[in-house]
Amino acid sequence: MMATAITTDPMLPQPYSVREVAKETPDTFTLRLEPENAVNTGMFQPGQFSMLWMFGVGELPISISGNPALHDRLVYTVRSVGQATHSLVNREVGDGVGVRGPFGAGWPVEAARGRDVIVVAGGIGLAPLRPMIYHVLQNRKDYGRLVILYGGRSPRDLLYRKELATWARNRETQVLVTVDYGGLNWRGHVGVVTTLFKYSRLQPASSVAMVCGPEIMMRFVTRELEMHGLSCDDIYLSLERNMKCAVGFCGHCQYGPYFICKDGPVFRYKKIRKLLEKYEL
Amino acid sequence: METLERIIAEHPFFVGLDDGFTNLMVSCASNARFKAGTYILKEGDPANTFYLIREGKVAVEVLAPQHKPIIVSTLSVGEILGWSWLLPPFQWKFHARAVDDVRAIALDGKCLRTKCEENHDLGYEVLKRFAQIMEQRLEATRLQLLDVYAVR
Repeated sequence: MMATAITTDPMLPQPYSVREVAKETPDTFTLRLEPENAVNTGMFQPGQFSMLWMFGVGELPISISGNPALHDRLVYTVRSVGQATHSLVNREVGDGVGVRGPFGAGWPVEAARGRDVIVVAGGIGLAPLRPMIYHVLQNRKDYGRLVILYGGRSPRDLLYRKELATWARNRETQVLVTVDYGGLNWRGHVGVVTTLFKYSRLQPASSVAMVCGPEIMMRFVTRELEMHGLSCDDIYLSLERNMKCAVGFCGHCQYGPYFICKDGPVFRYKKIRKLLEKYEL
Repeated sequence: METLERIIAEHPFFVGLDDGFTNLMVSCASNARFKAGTYILKEGDPANTFYLIREGKVAVEVLAPQHKPIIVSTLSVGEILGWSWLLPPFQWKFHARAVDDVRAIALDGKCLRTKCEENHDLGYEVLKRFAQIMEQRLEATRLQLLDVYAVR
């Protein structure tokens, strides 16, 4: 079982410094943070998130996108869409960031053991799934096939393009990428992520699926997974809502009877299936 | 040796098709090859053929004024290219370009239309299979139109 480290008051941000900022796409950046205090560690479960505090600007819930085996750092992939995310991605090396967490329930690392792992990601949804991909690749004997189905808006919006190519070279690993809008120079697939399933040779009885992306996309994907024979017990989704306290106090991220920050962000599909069908929830 | 009968019988689109119907299909089928970059079909041309893709990738393109062609989808191994041969006015609505070298089975739509008119059981089988593809592509198009990855 992987350890989860919250060694201090969960409401108290710990000081971290930016060590690297890498541009992934025109509006998305990956930041590597390292603790200023040696007591802090970067231990987390794949699928967990942190609250990142930009002093004087605000606090944001961001999924951890780095390698769970590297405990000296925390890595986040952030899309700049508002004031706080803009401030975060414009941090320079050496700048400080407050970090709370890691929080929440992650991907089913144990339940997936011995089974094929199907990762279905849309857009920036690949970021919370990347730690799981690292984990499977680093513990290859513990898992069956790894199938990564990734859909993006256009070729220039795809994350981790070099890594996708590297992952595809691993044994028992299939990586399929598609874009909704492809230019004439794009030689890959064009079409939504659900159109990739027909090339994926799924073994539904021995598979666990992990899905992250816009909620509409996840609804279409779960339907496709069920059509291919996966049970709703074996499908996991990562949800996103307006998380503030991250420990289930404030209620901002309430989702039916659950708090996304505490009970999620990763949920078994069976548990939230009915909620996903409700308007305006 | 791979015969047309075997290729058609094993193609995902025709899996489970009655042997007699498969033979009728074979009588309308031939092998086809397209070099990367060539157009397999063009918008407005008569639609009298459809293709079972065996190798390579095909881009379905729509022409937009003062714009390079827009790829709306790609089709690959195991998929079907073209259904305009099935319904009037029997004209292609899109361009289709071979992205890689493409190997396919070409089915003569005129020949198949005649056989479907003569044998409605065959016609129903063919329509059922095409209707499923149309439904899948309609759903995919709806999701594509939602532009779910855009910043809201």
